[in-house]
Amino acid sequence: MSVNEHLIRDLVKKNGRNRTALIPILQGVEEAKNYISDSDMIEIAKELDLSAAQVYGTATFYSFLSTEPLGKYVIRVCKTITCDMHGKKTIIQTIEEMLKVKVGETTPNKKFSLLETNCLGWCHEGPAMLINEKPYTGLTPERVHDIISDYINKY
Amino acid sequence: MSESKLRRVDLIFGEYSSAKYKVLEETLKRSNEDILVDLRESNLRGRGGAGFPTGTKWKLAADAPGKEKYVICNADEGEPGTFKDREILTRVPRKVLSGMAICGRVIGAKKGIIYLRGEYKFLLPELNREIEQYNDFMAKLGFEFPIEIKLGSGAYICGEESALFESLEGYRGEPRNKPPYPTTHGYMGKPTVINNVETFVNVVMIMRLGPIQFKLLGTSDSRGSKVFSVSGDTPIPGIYELELGMPLDRFVEEFGDGDTKAVQVGGASGFCVPRKKFTETVIGFEGVPTGGSMMLFNSSRSMYNVLHNYLVFFEEESCGQCTPCRVGCQQLRKGILAVKKGDKNSHYLDQLIKLAESMKITAKCGLGQSVGNSFSSIVQNFREEMIY
Repeated sequence: MSVNEHLIRDLVKKNGRNRTALIPILQGVEEAKNYISDSDMIEIAKELDLSAAQVYGTATFYSFLSTEPLGKYVIRVCKTITCDMHGKKTIIQTIEEMLKVKVGETTPNKKFSLLETNCLGWCHEGPAMLINEKPYTGLTPERVHDIISDYINKY
Repeated sequence: MSESKLRRVDLIFGEYSSAKYKVLEETLKRSNEDILVDLRESNLRGRGGAGFPTGTKWKLAADAPGKEKYVICNADEGEPGTFKDREILTRVPRKVLSGMAICGRVIGAKKGIIYLRGEYKFLLPELNREIEQYNDFMAKLGFEFPIEIKLGSGAYICGEESALFESLEGYRGEPRNKPPYPTTHGYMGKPTVINNVETFVNVVMIMRLGPIQFKLLGTSDSRGSKVFSVSGDTPIPGIYELELGMPLDRFVEEFGDGDTKAVQVGGASGFCVPRKKFTETVIGFEGVPTGGSMMLFNSSRSMYNVLHNYLVFFEEESCGQCTPCRVGCQQLRKGILAVKKGDKNSHYLDQLIKLAESMKITAKCGLGQSVGNSFSSIVQNFREEMIY
């Protein structure tokens, strides 16, 4: 059995085989691998007795579930109005320059993906971003430089 | 001038009562009828934005036939400019759990679910600890009402109640036709009460203070206090609990930077109020309703950019299921861009307003129906900024 099959079996054991388990299972795969591959979706479909198309249909609906490989650290910068007003653009520029990627791209070493996202709910402390699940708020180019450097060096 | 200050309230975030879950324990000693009478007497209306009377909702679910019922807490807070539910879940989670448990008893549900937006996943460890303590307490009371948390995965539309059920059931978050309503056909097709995080806390406040005390706050159409999320061009952004029914000019006086030209009330799906209408606008169900989002814009901001930002948001977050919303959001964005670039003349804006207004009556759910709120209010009040 491959590593992926093990992962999915474990997730099925934890969440069950009902349709209600589908999104928690997809979330589990996303968390472990940073994306959900075609073969994962086929495997999940088999386990839950669904068609692969149904699994694909559900997975592709949600912006936090990815069917394309993403980096180990997914940076999601909020682009909604107040973050935009308070300097989101310079935050994106800073990250783009540091990581040498554009929005929507992943670094060649597969460590970082840079994405924009809709309102993260930190409008009073914008600009804001998530790195995986961790929020960072009150960003300035300097601060974001320090945060990204930390990730580059430490992890 | 102290009398011009808005009345600050400290109910939602107020200290817990001395003993853990005391209000819950006391309330569970009362009859369901008693609790419902108090709720309806209080005139509490849902705090998610739509403002449905909470007592009526609970009564409908309580009366609905069937043994399997659910209580769901809508913590899929995604409206731009809203961040109060996170604060409530962080600071007073016990009040939320208590409100859900009271609801469970009243309607006869055996299970509660909190649908937490994926963006707030970092709250999970703390919330799960709280839920463990809650479950221990309930076990001691001998009352069965377990609560669990399910995570969203980044979809604004899942804040729409029927889309949220779809998501919980493992499907794409596409809203259902209504009727039937959740009180008879909700999660898993069973009678369900789904309330906003803040609404559950309000229930606990009413149980603690009584409906009379609660009604002292607010106006006849908008009872109680409300947690506001204040952002944008303000020197003091943040969370404020204020009395409902306040005039907008006083709000701006207190929160504006002296140069406020517009306030977006109720987020991207709400209404944009220009300066000249501040004095006549009341924040509440009788005036401009809000789920709590108050975004201030000063004269340095281009309202074209603001509207464009909203439309990009709606275009991306539309589930794509119904044509008015899927195509409408896109055409509105393209339309204002064409006018701005001079590819279309200014009369085209009137056609776009017609489109937005027809989306209000043809779109399947609240998302598509409310795009026209911000669209029409911004285009009508800031027409020149759309053109030049």
